[in-house]
Amino acid sequence: MREVTIPISDEVIRSLKVGEPVNLSGVMITARDAAHKWMIETFIKKTRAPQGDDLQVYEALRPLLNGGVIYHCGPVVSGLDTKQYKFVAAGPTTSIREEPYQADVMKHFNAKGVIGKGGMGAKTLQGCQEVPFVYFHAIGGAATYIAQSVETVLGVYKYEFGVPEAIWVIRVRDFPVVVTMDAHGQSLHEVVEKDSGKVLADLLAK
Amino acid sequence: MRDLTREILELIRRTSSDLPADVEERLRAAIEKETPGSAARGALETILKNVELSRQNSSPICQDTGTPIFYVRHPEGWSTRKLREQIRTALAEATARSYMRPNAVDAVYDKNSGNNLGGDDFPYIHFEEVEGDELTIELMLKGGGCENVGAQYSLPDNRLGAGRDLSGVRKAVLDAVHKAQGQGCAPGILGVAIGGDRGSGYLKSKEVLFEKIGERNPDPKLAELEEQLTQEANRLGIGPMGFGGGTTVIDTKITGLSRLPASYFVTVSYMCWAYRRRKMIVKGEQVLYD
Repeated sequence: MREVTIPISDEVIRSLKVGEPVNLSGVMITARDAAHKWMIETFIKKTRAPQGDDLQVYEALRPLLNGGVIYHCGPVVSGLDTKQYKFVAAGPTTSIREEPYQADVMKHFNAKGVIGKGGMGAKTLQGCQEVPFVYFHAIGGAATYIAQSVETVLGVYKYEFGVPEAIWVIRVRDFPVVVTMDAHGQSLHEVVEKDSGKVLADLLAK
Repeated sequence: MRDLTREILELIRRTSSDLPADVEERLRAAIEKETPGSAARGALETILKNVELSRQNSSPICQDTGTPIFYVRHPEGWSTRKLREQIRTALAEATARSYMRPNAVDAVYDKNSGNNLGGDDFPYIHFEEVEGDELTIELMLKGGGCENVGAQYSLPDNRLGAGRDLSGVRKAVLDAVHKAQGQGCAPGILGVAIGGDRGSGYLKSKEVLFEKIGERNPDPKLAELEEQLTQEANRLGIGPMGFGGGTTVIDTKITGLSRLPASYFVTVSYMCWAYRRRKMIVKGEQVLYD
């Protein structure tokens, strides 16, 4: 099992290949639909002026994401009343919804890894090569198991997005993933889709 | 009328944290079909570890605790208004206890209600009066990942070469499985409704998922199609999580509905491997859970 520590260097990213199981350790953030949309509109395309604590959150995220990892996850969190946050269940959510945003976000922040499920498309794969970064696949639905690798919840931003959509900052240890899109243009998802497409064509011809 | 709030809370806890035995059994059997050391096998092994751990900790199997879908079958004399209130109270309490994630988001104002209550249709509750003296409440939690890959086809479909018959149904369903790839958290369970209108098709394609894994439709034609679709879907090789592998679908459930002469819908609801459904039965003073 390959051990990778966050922040991750370009050299390590380029050495990771599709199919490789990895244990990730270090500090990462969760971000899904609302957070990606917010980052793109407010700081990358700038179609929306920063409001409220937007700029402070942005400044806090920049060092975390430089060499960092974004986890597509909307966790179940206990201790909401007391702010003694703990991740109870924290598996990945479907990544493809972030396809329009992901490559731009990674490039903007120089982030090195995305964790999610289901894989992503051509634009993200292109970004993987350019930035570079890789896509780590976590096991969908394995929420309690993955939550055990979350050692500490360091904080939360944009709580007003709601618990699933907020940006949680977490320290993880031995977070289990598999590389399914690498920085060399390889995507396991592309291969499986193509191969299963051939079988489908045969079945439909019957 | 008896207050069942506490018992319903227990039903929610069990549903969210304790995968039914028939589903777990199929997942265990699926491991043997994957090559040792493969990503697909690793995925199934992790899934099963997670199932055990969630059961021990009473924590959600999946953080997406889904749309809560309740089917309440009650004898004469029960107040559905009170039962609805009890279900809603239990659900808010289950959310406060972290058995459930706050999952009801107002689509217009983009606001999460924080307690899983969101208007009359969240949670979804179906009431039906039945004969006898038993009240049963079934609960299914259907996550968003698998809900998003559900599909509806209006036959004929030229692209698929699918006509208005069971052969056309087969083609539509296989296409839906291919389109879903691993996005619905394969290996999945397929709920298929043939006929109906667009609304009833989706409703019934979910309702049929309450049937136990391996139970076949009493209609031999549909039973045969169920078997065939599971086998052929697995030939696609999409595999657990879409990593490639031998098990893409663990079962298929089909229901046939009446349709209008002009319409022929095939509706597919995809259920993820984390197929959370549980039942409670109230008989006199007794409350039993499956």
